[in-house]
Amino acid sequence: MNGLPQLHNGRALPWKDIPEFAVPEFRTMILERVRRGRRISSLFGMPDGDEITILAVLAHDSQGMLELCRTRVRDRYPALTPDVPQAHWFEREIAEQWGIVPEGHPWLKPIRFHTSYVPNRDAWSRDEATPIEPCVTNYFRVEGEEIHEVAVGPVHAGIIEPGHFRFQCHGEDVLHLEIELGYQHRGIERALVGGPSSRTAHYMETLAGDTTIGHATAYASITEALGDMTPAPRAQALRAIALELERVANHTGDLGALAGDIGFLPTASYCGRLRGDFLNITALLCGNRFGRNLIRPGGVRFDPTAPDADNLRIRLDKTFDAVRNAVDLLWETPSVMSRFDGTGIVSRQDAARLGLVGPAARAAGVDLDVRSDLPWGIYQSHELPSVTFQTGDVAARAYVRWFEIQKSIEFIRDVTGALPGGPVLQEVPPPVPDHVAVALVEGWRGEICHVAVTNGQGRLRHYKVTDPSFHNWFGLALALRGQQISDFPLCNKSFNLSYCGHDL
Amino acid sequence: MLRILRARLRQGYRTIRFPEQPPVLPEKYMGRPQWDAGKCAGNCSACAGACPTKALSKSNGAVAIDLGRCLFCTDCMDACPGKAIQFTTEYRLATRTRETLVVDNRPYAPAQALDEKTRQLFGRSLKLRQVSAGGCNACEADTNVLNTVGFDLGRFGIQFVASPRHADGLLITGPVSKNMELALRKTYDATPSPKVVIVVGTCAISGGVFEGHPEVNNGAASTIPVDLFVPGCPPHPITILDGLLRLLGRIE
Repeated sequence: MNGLPQLHNGRALPWKDIPEFAVPEFRTMILERVRRGRRISSLFGMPDGDEITILAVLAHDSQGMLELCRTRVRDRYPALTPDVPQAHWFEREIAEQWGIVPEGHPWLKPIRFHTSYVPNRDAWSRDEATPIEPCVTNYFRVEGEEIHEVAVGPVHAGIIEPGHFRFQCHGEDVLHLEIELGYQHRGIERALVGGPSSRTAHYMETLAGDTTIGHATAYASITEALGDMTPAPRAQALRAIALELERVANHTGDLGALAGDIGFLPTASYCGRLRGDFLNITALLCGNRFGRNLIRPGGVRFDPTAPDADNLRIRLDKTFDAVRNAVDLLWETPSVMSRFDGTGIVSRQDAARLGLVGPAARAAGVDLDVRSDLPWGIYQSHELPSVTFQTGDVAARAYVRWFEIQKSIEFIRDVTGALPGGPVLQEVPPPVPDHVAVALVEGWRGEICHVAVTNGQGRLRHYKVTDPSFHNWFGLALALRGQQISDFPLCNKSFNLSYCGHDL
Repeated sequence: MLRILRARLRQGYRTIRFPEQPPVLPEKYMGRPQWDAGKCAGNCSACAGACPTKALSKSNGAVAIDLGRCLFCTDCMDACPGKAIQFTTEYRLATRTRETLVVDNRPYAPAQALDEKTRQLFGRSLKLRQVSAGGCNACEADTNVLNTVGFDLGRFGIQFVASPRHADGLLITGPVSKNMELALRKTYDATPSPKVVIVVGTCAISGGVFEGHPEVNNGAASTIPVDLFVPGCPPHPITILDGLLRLLGRIE
């Protein structure tokens, strides 16, 4: 295989060093590499004169490296998806944003329902004067006299973000589920171009509010890569503590919500409260339960005192003891396990082929974790082994989260107990012009990928965000096949994906 | 079964005593900002320049902070050379009108209760339908947390319901993305009158950090009448609860 430039996670390289290939070679390059164990971390278009440059970021997990390559297209190119299924959502995004047709894509539909970013070029030749209605599109339909269709959303029953779900059912059995999103589209990526501005850090913190730390860390890492600086060890330690707190809070909340969805109220009620206790520990660091304003390029904005750190550990231990007590009830109660076991299975093969990430992938036996595969910051010296399970069902996704909670708690304890000294926030030199930086962070839902491209003045020429949910929504759809429709809330909660992180 | 009962005893009683007792807030909590004219250098406008959402303005030497746009990010506080801007631990932030969200030299006036007739209807039982319209799931999560045993919203007769048809009002989060505009309108229309509308979070009030994006509507107030504004990015759950209870006249 031809060599591609290798990039460490959280580093930058000159734009000109990324090899540009003609479309057929670009396709072969990706095909061959995915066949040999690489993954598509991101694949996106960006304007380049009259044409669109498509940039691929491939993760070579076993080597801990990233590989980048690019091509240029005018209005169409042969789709990768038929050969590389994990490209399917990315190619739909490219089509929607840039009016490029990936020819041969088996299910080419919009994903966010906005007008093309290129005037007079639409992948579906839609009339520009007609407004685009969200989720009004063709859906996969199963025909037959005994088949019925169930449509749910955008406004759901609970306090949840909006999305639209179409179930093709035979009686109670779901033959197919199709998920359409886009209701939460706020145009963040477009607003980032030309930055950074005074709003940039705030955009990052609201890409997915429940992943404030994850996305803010990725952005900080990108900015530091472009400024060629490394944040101080104390800042790196504090960022990791905040990231793991975000993980345990959300995993705890989700284990409670899983219990709630099957009507097992003890764990549901305890974990609902305990999630909040973890959020309050984050607020101990920075005053905000979601970690707003904590992470900034150059480090972190708050420096805990020694009593703060002690207090953090005491509260962490106390909360964790209560979580163990609440969560153990799940595994000890047969009526709970009979609902978890064998429900919503995603096979290992499907998870790998679709490019699932995070707990959803690990629960199916796909051993991927940015913290151990492409470690950044303090994860380079403090190992945090990944947790996998084999069965790919709701039970596996619940177990993976529980084991991750335990490992993260241990990690936070260790790091808090030996916090390095020194500064927490340092100046970042201005971004280098005409460079590309990539930062991967293992958020609580899985791999967060940010890619920044600077222009000749060091401003953002393009910024691409790939939330883990972008990879995983299709996994949820797949998990529902052959399930009873009443299992949807349970399956949904076992993934608990982000709507706004997807819609951007 | 015995294990479940043992766990119940161990987990204990966890509902906060609010509003009878003051809430416990994080030490670093950033609540209502205040401006100290004595420390402010008249000709400096570093604070206004640092504000990402133009929430802060300075005219005739006086600073005004619009909490309907404020992200509580404290960038203005950091930018001020004279330390004239501070964020206090005042968590009571909800107001009944858009104008009173502006912090200036007027004394702070907390939200007033609904009128007597509406209070007779909703004061002891308020059913709300939540609509996220471009929200980032932070306001949603900290609204949802009011349902946990920690806050136990049910003890005030307030409940989130599954359908607008069952609701007395809406609680809206998010800047109202263009793609959610119609769904929000339909949900509003489907809620029987009389109804109350509560907007939670800076986005739902003004669009927040997304204000001016062609993809959003700069908040819910531009499309439907609002009865209660709860600022914050996101507001602390106690701020939301305080606002709800004031609206119902449960806190004077």
